[in-house]
Formats: sequence, C-alpha cells, structure tokens
Amino acid sequence: MKNRRLLLEHVDVPGIDGIEVYVKHGGYASLEKALKKMSPEDVLEEVKKSGLRGRGGAGFPTGMKWSFLAKPEGVPRYLVCNADESEPGTFKDRYLMEKLPHLLIEGMILSSFALGANQSYIYIRGEFMYVLNILEKAIAEAYAKGYLGKNILGSGYDLDLVVTPGGGAYICGEETALLESLEGKRGNPRIKPPFPAVKGLWGCPTVVNNVESIAAVVPIVRDGGDAYAAIGIGRSTGTKLISACGNLARPGVYEIDLGLSVEEFIYGDDYCRGIANGKQLKACVPGGSSVPILPHFLVTKTATGEDRLMTYESLAEGGFSSGSMLGSGGFIIFDEDQCIVRNTWNFARFYAHESCGQCSPCREGTGWMEKVLSRIEHGQGHMHDIDLLADINKKIEGNTICPLGDAAAWPVAAAIHHFREEFEWHIKHPSEAQTRNYGLIQQPVVA
Amino acid sequence: MSQTTQPVFDPNEVVVFSDAMIKQMNEVVNKFPQDKEKSAIIRILHLAQAEYAWLSVPVMNKIAEFLKIQPIEVYEVATFYTMFHLQPVGKHVLEVCRTGPCMLVGSDQLIQHIEHKLNIKVGETTSDGMFTLKTAECLGGCGYGPLLQCRNTYHEHLTIEKADALIEQYRNGEIQ
Repeated sequence: MKNRRLLLEHVDVPGIDGIEVYVKHGGYASLEKALKKMSPEDVLEEVKKSGLRGRGGAGFPTGMKWSFLAKPEGVPRYLVCNADESEPGTFKDRYLMEKLPHLLIEGMILSSFALGANQSYIYIRGEFMYVLNILEKAIAEAYAKGYLGKNILGSGYDLDLVVTPGGGAYICGEETALLESLEGKRGNPRIKPPFPAVKGLWGCPTVVNNVESIAAVVPIVRDGGDAYAAIGIGRSTGTKLISACGNLARPGVYEIDLGLSVEEFIYGDDYCRGIANGKQLKACVPGGSSVPILPHFLVTKTATGEDRLMTYESLAEGGFSSGSMLGSGGFIIFDEDQCIVRNTWNFARFYAHESCGQCSPCREGTGWMEKVLSRIEHGQGHMHDIDLLADINKKIEGNTICPLGDAAAWPVAAAIHHFREEFEWHIKHPSEAQTRNYGLIQQPVVA
Repeated sequence: MSQTTQPVFDPNEVVVFSDAMIKQMNEVVNKFPQDKEKSAIIRILHLAQAEYAWLSVPVMNKIAEFLKIQPIEVYEVATFYTMFHLQPVGKHVLEVCRTGPCMLVGSDQLIQHIEHKLNIKVGETTSDGMFTLKTAECLGGCGYGPLLQCRNTYHEHLTIEKADALIEQYRNGEIQ
C-alpha cells in the first residue's frame, strides 16, 4: 500500500505486536544480518549512506550524530530512545510503539550494536503507560528468544534494554531535559556544550534518538542504506510518518515517501481525503505546533508558485516569510471556521504551561504572551498589543538554554505575520469577534 | 514549573508500604545500575499514586526513605511533573486534553459540557468524591480527539453523548 511502505508495512497484520507473528513477517532478520555478517562500523556506514535525518523534529543526520559519540576506554556508552512524544499535533511514535513494539526493539538492538552500547533505555511519556506495558511485554519476549541479554545470537554482543516513564512534561522531549529526567530529576535542560555525545546520561557518552529514527534503522540494515536513500528527493530521503489531525476527512498516521506533494497528502484518496465536512482549507501547521503556520494559499504552493512537497527543504521554502518546517510530522489542518487568534492563544498557553522555568525570558515571556493573546481573544485587546507580542517574541528568541523559547515564539510571530488582519479585526470588533469567526484571509496581490 | 498546588502534610498520617508495593518498587530500582537508584523515582511515584490516589507529603517522605535520598529530592520531582496529584482527588480523575488539535475538533465544548454535567469547574471534585475534572496539555492523541484520559486509559473520538455514557459507566462501576 502506498501509505504503508517500510515501517508500517505489516501494521495491519493481526498479532504483529507479538514476537512470533513479527518474526514470521521478516522481523529480526535485520538483527540476524547485522550480528552475523556486519561490524558495528558497517551498520553505521549504512545509516550514513541512507541519509536518515532525525525524525523527532530537528532533522539532524542520524549517522552524523552517531559518529560524534565519544568512545573513551572503560566508560559505558548509552543509547536512549526519546519516546516522550508530546509536540502538539504529533502522535506517530505512539502509533508505531503500540502497533509494532518489536520494530522499535529491533531498531534499538541494531542501533546499540552500532554504537557499542550494552545498556539502553526507552524513555516514554508517562501518559503512555499502557504503551509502556506493551513494550515491556515485547521486551520480555525478545529476552526469551535470545534477542536481548547476554551473547545475542551467539555474537558475543550483550545488551540490556529498559523502558522507563516520564511524569508529564513536554520539556522532557528536549534531549538534555530527558536525560535529567531519566536520572530522576526535574526536567531542566542542560547548558550545551558538553553535548550528550560527550557527557550524557550519568556523565557518560550518550546518543538520544527519536522512536521513528531508531525504527528506520531496521529497513536500512535490511535493504542497505543506498536503497533507503533512493526513496525521496535530495537530502530528504526515505519515508516519514506523518500524523495528520485537525479538520481533515481522514486524520491518522500515514507513512509517506518524502517528496509526496502536499496537495496529494491533504486531498488524495490514499491519505487524508480532504478537509472534513466539505469545508475550505484556512491554514496548516505542517510539523507540530512549534513550526510556523501557513495560510491556505501557501500550503500546496510556495510563494513562487512551485508545488509544495513533503520534504524538509520544500516545506521550509521561503523561510519565515512564506515557509514553515517538516518538524516532527505533526500535520495540523484548520478549516474556514477556525479562529487563528484563539488557536495562537491556545498554543501560547501550552508553552507557558510547559516552560520549565529555568530561563527568565522563557518563563516570563511565555506567560506574558499567553496573557496578551488571551486579552485579544476575549475582546479586551489594544492595537499596540500586536507590536507588544512581536517585541516579547524577540526577547525570548535565542535567549534561552533550550529551544522551547524559540518554539513558543515562532508560532506567534508567524500567526501575526500571516494573519495580522485577523488579529486587528479581533481588536477593532471585540463583540463581533466573540460571536463569529473571521473566515479566510485574502491572498496578497503581488505587484 | 507547571504545578501550582501546594503539597499536603498531615503530621498524623502514618505510611506503611505493603509487601506487594515494596516488591514492585524493588523491581523498578533493579532496572538501573547500582548507585543510580534515583532514576526509579518517577516510576515509583506512579506506583504510589496508583496505590494512594494522590501523593501526600508523608507518602513522598516514605519514598525518599526507600530510595535513600532527601525528601526535597522527591518533592522537587513530584511538583515538576503534571501527572502527579498533590491534593486529594476523586475516585476517577478525568483529564481532558485542551491543546490546539483537540480544540479544533471540540475539546472546549466537551470540557464545558462535563463541567455542567458534574456541576464542578476544572480542578474541582464532585461532592460525592466520585469525579475530579482536570484539563491536560497535549496527550498525544491529536488525530483521535476530543479525548480524555482516566488512569491508564485513553477515551478517544468523544462526543457529548459518548462522554455522558462514559461518565455513567464510571459512576456505575461498569468500568474501573
């Protein structure tokens, strides 16, 4: 099937969450191949060749991240899987872990082998406790089959794998906050450098990768890095899980070939099948709540009239003035009845709630933005509030230890940039704005 | 940063962990290397909350004693993570996701409806002690909203009617 290619190929097979069915459908074949025929360096080489980029949102090349791992003698190294999926709009990792727990486990073993880690962790958000139970059951099956533990498949390689929950904190998706949390502390991000590759978990060299990145190592080892890189366009190689939500006829998790057109993804029969209830598209946040929002006329086409594609590059085409980002693949669609002011306020409230409180610009700034936006939304805004928001934005951006500050600032900046007339209308017509939505904005006429 | 409620301390509360609880806590500790027992803390707080419904100061003190760490190290963690209840809660805690993608498909109306139905505001508990209503930030079920979480269960694709039926099922003990 078109939307089920490498990772989700067998997702609909009954019992695929159990090891017997998983193995029957080719599961753990990549592991056999790697442990019997490949060296750790060979696995790293295939991942580099694949062009795989971090699927959590940053898009940093996974092979390069792995090659930065320090390897001092006598010091343990760790692989930590970031399963703290909590970027609004994103629910792909949960789907993958729930349906295909062994795919993640096989990817963890392969990746740990490549990195020379003998102890690895999956840090999963606490709300997904039922998914943690699924993973622990699958891990027990893998131990029983000899895929985990001592001397895996007679290779002499040992690995223990532990899954551990968070307690409800968006910030723990940031890798150094995650490591703090894994050490049993508050999730306050660390100052970098040193990067986790040098000093990570308990001060030891550590790689932190997203669930989907780790799962992708399984087909990369099976088919080779070149075969993976043959899918996609340019530096956007392979497939990507997109979690589509909002006002869509068929929301859900789709595995797309990078390079698919946004038009086909939104309207195609194999994908989301258009806007729900026959409404019109008003806006799209293509990569999770932290990335810039696009008005309807910049969603399927770029500002220069090119087809917009589902790639890291095409979604970013036009930079902050007319582009956005692929991010985590949290694809949020707004129909004509949605209010951009209310949504911007909602996201600002999210970031204010989730700021860890460590850096003043973020701790205070996110709260101010939430209050100012709340007053505009509730009919008490002033025209100068719009510039005030832009000013707060500039004072947060780039002035914090971790990217949460930027992630809070960008959506507000982009919403004002594209939907300024809707914000102004809210302020000028406070009572009308309480009773109806503004509707679609007009595409500016280019002179 | 996220929790604004104050922990509750009753000096007369005596906490004794059951053998089953201690066994589970030891299993969690054993997942981590020696001297890294503190890594077990979040999962142990989840276990304690499953046992006691919420985390009082004496319960947290007992966890500190078990992990051989200072009580403050438990408080600072319990107050940071939003899943931990630091005040008494009802038998069933309904946590409705209120973030953007759920709002687009009607979480505001759902929250209002449950407030009205249970005659409480968000953050409050019904007078019979049956339900506490809370809101949560993104629960990671954006394509299946609106949704609410009760203990380890996600209830998704909710409508006003489905939410009503769900609340009755919890009230009648048909689901736990």
